[in-house]
Amino acid sequence: MDIRSEILNDKGINPMKSNNPTQVKVEINRQRINRRVLINEILKKVFFASTLFALAVLSVLLYRIIAQSIGWLDWHFLTSKLSIFPEKAGIYGVIIGSVGLMVVVIPVTLILGVSTAIYLEEYASKSRFQNLIKVNISNLASVPSVIFGLLGLALFGRFLNLGSSILAGGLTLSLLVLPIVVVSSQEALKAVPNFLREASYAMGAGKWTTIRKVVLPVAIPGILTGAILSISRAIGETAPLVVLGIPALLLKVPTSLMDDFTALPIQIYYWTLDTVLTPEYANLAAATIVVLLITLFLMNSIAIVIRNKTQKTY
Amino acid sequence: MNQYESKIVYDVKGLNLWYGNDQALKDINIQINKNEVTAIIGPSGCGKSTFIKTLNRMIENVPNVRTSGEILYHGLNIFDKTMRVEELRTRVGMVFQKPNPFPKSIYENVLYGPKIHGVKDKQMLEEILETSLKSAALWDEVKDRLHDNAYGLSGGQQQRLCIARALAVQPDVILMDEPTSALDPIATAKIEELIDSLKADYSISIVTHSMQQAGRISDKTAFFLMGELVEFGNTEMIFSNPRDKRTEDYITGRFG
Ligand SMILES: Nc1ncnc2c1ncn2[C@@H]1O[C@H](COP(=O)(O)OP(=O)(O)O)[C@@H](O)[C@H]1O
Ligand SMILES: [Mg+2]
Repeated sequence: MDIRSEILNDKGINPMKSNNPTQVKVEINRQRINRRVLINEILKKVFFASTLFALAVLSVLLYRIIAQSIGWLDWHFLTSKLSIFPEKAGIYGVIIGSVGLMVVVIPVTLILGVSTAIYLEEYASKSRFQNLIKVNISNLASVPSVIFGLLGLALFGRFLNLGSSILAGGLTLSLLVLPIVVVSSQEALKAVPNFLREASYAMGAGKWTTIRKVVLPVAIPGILTGAILSISRAIGETAPLVVLGIPALLLKVPTSLMDDFTALPIQIYYWTLDTVLTPEYANLAAATIVVLLITLFLMNSIAIVIRNKTQKTY
Repeated sequence: MNQYESKIVYDVKGLNLWYGNDQALKDINIQINKNEVTAIIGPSGCGKSTFIKTLNRMIENVPNVRTSGEILYHGLNIFDKTMRVEELRTRVGMVFQKPNPFPKSIYENVLYGPKIHGVKDKQMLEEILETSLKSAALWDEVKDRLHDNAYGLSGGQQQRLCIARALAVQPDVILMDEPTSALDPIATAKIEELIDSLKADYSISIVTHSMQQAGRISDKTAFFLMGELVEFGNTEMIFSNPRDKRTEDYITGRFG
């Protein structure tokens, strides 16, 4: 109870009741307040501990991987072909495989994803049917990646007879990340204020001119950020490629999109499977993980830089 | 005689407009002349913006809008199937309440219209740039930073840039929806001065909530109330000797 109300109470005047007879006086309870302050302090420590726990686990993991890769991750490892002999093995062909996948995934997802987003946001009427499509695209983004692998196997591997080529793998991964690219591009288009579109229409510009000259230039950083993040997800995906039937040991380096291939996450997976028989495979896997992590880290950094560089002017 | 030389620019005949089931404009009949400033006044929500946005069919961007009646622009019904909105809006420029330059350079903003309509010649573009900015009384302030982003300008400068952008395609009408309501008095005075000088070459329709502004700059005044055009005539007449009681009540500040 504060001093003012104490004095007033001594005089028999209730400050809370003085001008509003129906109002109930709120008792100030020191104990309760103390308890809440205490709870707050405890929770703060709990939340901090949780953060620390996650960081600790991550550090241990990183430490072990980096420790295991030391002595293995060198120029030879990056520039040599695969081999069953650990000392000879390198991931040159594996890197080429991953790059090949990106050569397919980037144009396919950008063209299809951005076009779809433009249609849904700028052209489609805001009808119930369109809402249905939107909800379903968001749902697709949460379908497990194995399912996309099965779809890719049936559609690209078997039906289009692409087998387990880079093209089949790339198209499968494109399917996987397409919904994410569509949704993030839609968000980027939505963030473009309507008064800019109006300004353009009022100048006699048509819809496409307005999109190309006004909407896209403003939306492109957002679109790119989303695209880079989804593409980095595609680089790290294993399950859909395993389903496609990527060879466990591929000695040839792929030279075209129709060649068989292997990719970074797949190679990590296969080497890890065999560590019981050949313990050095664990070192090879660790070295490959480091390469993959650095790639992903770089891509995510680029996305963050783009996002931070484009401050809103209007 | 060229169709664009007629004195009457807009001849609105029996215009009705509905947002869904709500009627926002009721049987509007009005003529807008060349080389005149027409002020549109009335209390908030009476349909001023709706009316002015109908003149260049920007209103069609609002879903569920329906119209009936005719708006003849130099004798052609703007609702006619053969009328392309792109063409109409090139001849009828618009300036909005809130300055809305593109997040591009001053140069790109002014030349947006000419460029999308296919002007490529560099020298011609530079010429359009300079005359448009000069007509909008902005040239001296920006001539040394034409390639800076438009959002570095003050609010008043941004609005004059938007006027320059509208002028760059050489329209014959400029529609303005409360163009000074977001500006300070000094910037407002500059725009009013500008409107007065533009009258020589353009027909201007301006929505304003300020009676003083209407009095200062307009030749004709239209008073809207609840979707109806209550009174339309010479500004001097409307302000000194209104025919309708409601007009008198409004301009003497009894409501609105
Ligand atoms: N996009 C819209 N959808 C539905 N009703 C609208 C819309 N815009 C305006 N209205 C309605 O139409 C009437 C006129 O609005 P408006 O033209 O904006 O008035 P003013 O510009 O004179 O303030 C108002 O009753 C308003 O609620
Ligand atoms: Mg308005």
